[in-house]
Amino acid sequence: MASKKETILELKNVVYSFKTYGGEVKAVRDVSFDVRAGEVLGIVGESGCGKSVTAQCILRLNPEPPGFFEGGEIYYKGKDILKMSNKEIREIRGGEIGFVFQDPMTSLNPTMKVGKQIMEVFVGREGYSKEEVKAKALEIMKLVGISDSEKRFNQYPHELSGGMKQRIMIAIALVSRPSVIICDEPTTSLDVTIEAQILELLLELKEKLGTSIIMITHDLGVIAKICDRVVVMYGGKVVEKGTVREIYYQTAHPYTSGLMHSIARLETNRGEKLSPIEGTPPDLFSPPIGCPFAARCDYCMDVCNQIPPEEYKLSDEHTTRCWLQHSMAPVTEFKRTKGEVK
Amino acid sequence: MIVDYNAEPLVQVKDLCKYFQVGRHATLKAVDGVSFNIYKGETVGLVGESGCGKSTAGRCLIRLYEPTSGQVIYDGKDITKLTKAEQKEFCHRVQMIFQNPYASLNPRMTVKEIVGEGLKLQGKSNAEIEAKVEELLARVGLNKDHMSRFPHEFSGGQRQRIGIARALSVDPEFIICDEPISALDVSIQAQVLNMLNELQDELGLTYLFIAHDLSVVKYLSERVVVMYLGTIVEMADSEELYANPMHPYTKALLSSIPEADPDKAKANRRIPIKGEIPSPINPKNCCRFANRCEYATERCHNEMPAAREVSPGHIVACHLMDEQ
Repeated sequence: MASKKETILELKNVVYSFKTYGGEVKAVRDVSFDVRAGEVLGIVGESGCGKSVTAQCILRLNPEPPGFFEGGEIYYKGKDILKMSNKEIREIRGGEIGFVFQDPMTSLNPTMKVGKQIMEVFVGREGYSKEEVKAKALEIMKLVGISDSEKRFNQYPHELSGGMKQRIMIAIALVSRPSVIICDEPTTSLDVTIEAQILELLLELKEKLGTSIIMITHDLGVIAKICDRVVVMYGGKVVEKGTVREIYYQTAHPYTSGLMHSIARLETNRGEKLSPIEGTPPDLFSPPIGCPFAARCDYCMDVCNQIPPEEYKLSDEHTTRCWLQHSMAPVTEFKRTKGEVK
Repeated sequence: MIVDYNAEPLVQVKDLCKYFQVGRHATLKAVDGVSFNIYKGETVGLVGESGCGKSTAGRCLIRLYEPTSGQVIYDGKDITKLTKAEQKEFCHRVQMIFQNPYASLNPRMTVKEIVGEGLKLQGKSNAEIEAKVEELLARVGLNKDHMSRFPHEFSGGQRQRIGIARALSVDPEFIICDEPISALDVSIQAQVLNMLNELQDELGLTYLFIAHDLSVVKYLSERVVVMYLGTIVEMADSEELYANPMHPYTKALLSSIPEADPDKAKANRRIPIKGEIPSPINPKNCCRFANRCEYATERCHNEMPAAREVSPGHIVACHLMDEQ
């Protein structure tokens, strides 16, 4: 199954920080994961946990300075992205790896027709005639479900609705048939009915084109719906990763469990108390020495505040960074969603 | 708290309309003929997609907007016809919590000034204000050291708490919550929701909870009103609405909720809903959902469906109900 698929993208111990007047913000601290052919990988976490910065690192989209890599390697099909020249990375951006940004209202150029924005991906690339590029653009517009694509081609972003703009963003990301697209909260600013349409579109495109998708979101519903594997991030670190079933049904980190049970679900009864995670996320100017979640964790032990937990392997895919998995730790049961890992 | 549904409703909204003139021949009908009641001590959820007029309706209820036509009757009095003195009293009884805690607090005022402003207008002395602000902050989980700080020193969740303390400062009985948690992080949302629940139990508050998140609305509300493009499409007891939705729009909306459980999410078949919400500018006088509805007939495109009570308390505005 999934484990036999070829790895396309691999992040190894990536550390990324920003220099600011207030000091150094350690946004991403030692993050490793891989993306395989034709899968949907979810990265979930709250705002400020470093999920967007991680995604932008992959394409080196963060402005440098103030941002800089402190360490780590990012391999795309065997080549280290961090060692590439600017020319090489430009080939990868948009060509090999597409990026869908969060807010379609602000990430499209308002003074440019949408058709031209789709074609722009090919500017500076050799071997394409103007007609070919236009044909490609129209084809991709049809593929992402834009009806009347000839007419839409000549419209400006303000003439389109939010859902339509997000479809254009996806078209831009897909037009050169990349092998990976990174979607950074693509549905957060959309309504539920439109969100469902866009998620279904992404799944359909994945099937048709065989593209891998990295889905960054804070919405556990979105993750459950479309992802194969999940990476849970907190305070700049990966706290748990595994297949979607393992994450939901065999939750092994108190943060993941807290996140899942702090939301009101349809089956939550009125009057039943929600169990929020008390406190606030850590300050990344001076991140805690031990486990980043220790300050808010119900199961916190002395060791959690002092030494960062190592990674424990629970199955082929499932790993967690939590001292509770240590052989000397007390046995704890946290809340999990009921269901079976097949 | 037990809600007495036989008593006179606290708020009666009757045929409320709010139009905005957006050009010489263009009228944006944000709220178009909306009627519902809110009883003392209950929470009514108002849901719909963006642009459906839910926030405008909420703002009309507190007179942030002057309704174009229709009535809002609060405790027996039409709020558009209040005298100056009555108006002042009304402001003390009805308060609002806003969506964006970053934009709804004046950045140049300290927390004490923000929370105490309503009290100052009531003519309270400085010492009284100080004591009351301290008590309010404690109630929402902040402490008195926070009093002299400015909003930028707080996180989103804390700012929303300040917004809530401000709403509570004049001892209101009815609070309109306009998407109070949608700007907050997932783990913080639950803190605010729990707090709203506790405050309701302690102070006997009545809420109008405006939101687009259907799971949250179900969790909080006794009754739910579903709006679409300025009109109410369905209204029912929350259990009833979620178990037995009647209007095609409500059905589609409920089936679109992403469930945080992989098995359910993958098994759940979404009822497709075509296209997007149309423009509310000069809408045709017919069912507003007709062009996206898969059951739409000739009649739906020509005639506005009337609201009808299909079972006690369950009101649906759809022509399909006539045929059954």
